[in-house]
Amino acid sequence: MRTILFILQKEFIQISRNKMMLPMIFVVPLIQLLLLVNVATMEMKHIKIFIVDNDLSTTSRQLTAKFSNSNFFVLKGYSNQIAEATASIENNKADMVLHIPKGFEKKLGKENKSELQLLYNAINGTVAGISNAYTTQIISGYNYEILPRGSGSSALQYSAGNIQIIPSFWYNPTLNYKIFMVPAILVLLVTIIGLGLSSLNIIKEKEMGNIEQINVTPIKKIHFIFGKLLPFWIIALLMMGVGLIIGIILFHTPILGSIGLLFAVASVYLLVILGFGLIISNISSTMQQAVFVVFFFMIIFIMMSGIFTPTDSMPNWAKIINYINPIAYFMKMIRMILLKGSGFKDIYQDFFMLLGYGIVVITLAVNRYKKVG
Amino acid sequence: MKHFIGFLKKEFYHIFRDKRTLGILFGMPIALMMLFGYVITTEVKDARIAILDQSKDETTRKIIEKIASSGYFVIAKNLDNETQIEDCFRKGLVKEVIVFQPGFGQKLQKDKKASVHLIADASDANSANLIINYTGAIMNDFIQKENASAVLPMQIITESRMLYNPELKGVYMFVPGTMAMILVLISALLTSVSIVREKEMGTMEILLVSPLKPIQIIFGKVAPYIALSFINVITILLLSNYVFGLPVKGSLLLLLAESLLFIILSLSLGILVSSLTNNQLTAMFASILGLMLPTIILSGFIFPIENIPAWIQWLCYANPTTYFIIILKNIMLKGLGLMSVWKETLILVGMTFVLLGLSIKKFNIRLEK
Repeated sequence: MRTILFILQKEFIQISRNKMMLPMIFVVPLIQLLLLVNVATMEMKHIKIFIVDNDLSTTSRQLTAKFSNSNFFVLKGYSNQIAEATASIENNKADMVLHIPKGFEKKLGKENKSELQLLYNAINGTVAGISNAYTTQIISGYNYEILPRGSGSSALQYSAGNIQIIPSFWYNPTLNYKIFMVPAILVLLVTIIGLGLSSLNIIKEKEMGNIEQINVTPIKKIHFIFGKLLPFWIIALLMMGVGLIIGIILFHTPILGSIGLLFAVASVYLLVILGFGLIISNISSTMQQAVFVVFFFMIIFIMMSGIFTPTDSMPNWAKIINYINPIAYFMKMIRMILLKGSGFKDIYQDFFMLLGYGIVVITLAVNRYKKVG
Repeated sequence: MKHFIGFLKKEFYHIFRDKRTLGILFGMPIALMMLFGYVITTEVKDARIAILDQSKDETTRKIIEKIASSGYFVIAKNLDNETQIEDCFRKGLVKEVIVFQPGFGQKLQKDKKASVHLIADASDANSANLIINYTGAIMNDFIQKENASAVLPMQIITESRMLYNPELKGVYMFVPGTMAMILVLISALLTSVSIVREKEMGTMEILLVSPLKPIQIIFGKVAPYIALSFINVITILLLSNYVFGLPVKGSLLLLLAESLLFIILSLSLGILVSSLTNNQLTAMFASILGLMLPTIILSGFIFPIENIPAWIQWLCYANPTTYFIIILKNIMLKGLGLMSVWKETLILVGMTFVLLGLSIKKFNIRLEK
């Protein structure tokens, strides 16, 4: 026990001596939370629309007003030149063009049918799809408004929607995306600190040559490894706490579940992460190599964990890979605990999976570590 | 010159000896492209839902069938009463519960009106919104088919055209971003770490007392990374063409020239980081935070810049990657020429000069001042 304490002491002194490292460990979470939570929004706020009105009729003006009054759209241009509109898409001034052709109103009156053209910059397919949905919704809404009332039947009768749909959004009725992102950033935080620090630490001793000095001491393998990992385990958990407090103050993150459970899950998760860090540290010979391996797996596992996109829509092979993706487990559980108030009985399966995983990885890490150079 | 070639050889040996890093260097673009091409999608697909059918009649059965066969949803559970809903969400089993009111089919026939309650787990606000929209659309479609005879007396028909990406593929969005990210990773992160390494190991001293000029040391250090970056650019372009069917619409030469410009810019960033830091760990953290993170989140790669709050937007405009991504999109996807990107190119050239000048000036030829 005393040996572990000495190693711990050494590690903490080493960490606190590095003048640049310490502020980074503490400033990073703040920056990340502030930036990422604000930036990481998939909400569509303003679709920049360019309207080409060749009809110049009451109908076309009413339609234009519908768009300029909508919260989703910003009218970026209004002209009768289609070339001007396409140019505005090319240089990103507009996201879409609504083209009202000449004789639109007349045709609608005569033939009861008239066409409108919509052009989208579809490089971002999702945005284009959603913009299209909003646009057609506005247009068909307008369509119902102008239906002839005198024909004895109300407009409602034509409406195909006699299924009344009552949506409710549980846990987040205002559809605030930030609430969804805060737990994800906490996961990132714990992962980057845990994996980054642990994987680089032993390598540094290797590169500097003082691993040999440690190897010739009577310190047992297991003592050494726990002494190495414990500081990072503590720092990472501490950082999660700090991040959580920032999240509560700045973004009003709800904490519906138990904080104790959250930290229990994080502690177990860190076993896996620190174990992996140690393994990478063991098999790499230079820091550069370790950085690369860490970065490679981290970015893939983070992207696959469902941080921004639902894991449900992934192809099957990706879902299978996610069984060995520790970040996916943590991401899922932290969101369930914080946002939905899930208790231990709701997450025990994932919890034990992660615990088993952690034990396997740590055992592997200890076994792979050899005191012989 | 001979000294320089010798030094250059040493640098190449350093990289080629490390098979693991090399493997990852070349595997990275492939893995990322696969990831963004197939795995990371915001679309709704196979979303798990539960159904609480209090009516259990012909109509609800038909609607449920339609929902199940749409490809968007998988019916994971059938519930018997409302108390089970909460439990379902808490366990994370489903994303949405569809509740049909009792006597749904009858009401629809008699009163021409029946209600259905869609409850979404909005802890993921985005998906919740999409899922509710999709479910609603399927139901409306069902009704429309049921009374197909009801034609509107006056109809505005919309014809939508999706420019540049008619199939709305996600890859279009991610190829430029992936390219930028890999270039920053190799050129900035790796370069900074590799230079600081010499400092930390004490071998920088040997380089500095050698007859090599500082500029030669810098160039020799970065040359292998330029080569690697270029190979990766080509890998990404080949992949996007042959695997994802996304060819370069504009001039390939212009695209490569712009990439080279961006590589040089990233390298000068890497050199700058290396002269400001003293050990690899710090250099790495600084590059990841100061360079990688902005590249991923503040460049319009994943999140559209317009949606970002104004007080952060200026960071995006200070970020060279933002301009590089615009250039890539214009050339690759829109097929536009230099005329459309001269402003962005000029900004990148300006940034490169400033950073290059700064990093050469900051490059100390003394270890300690």
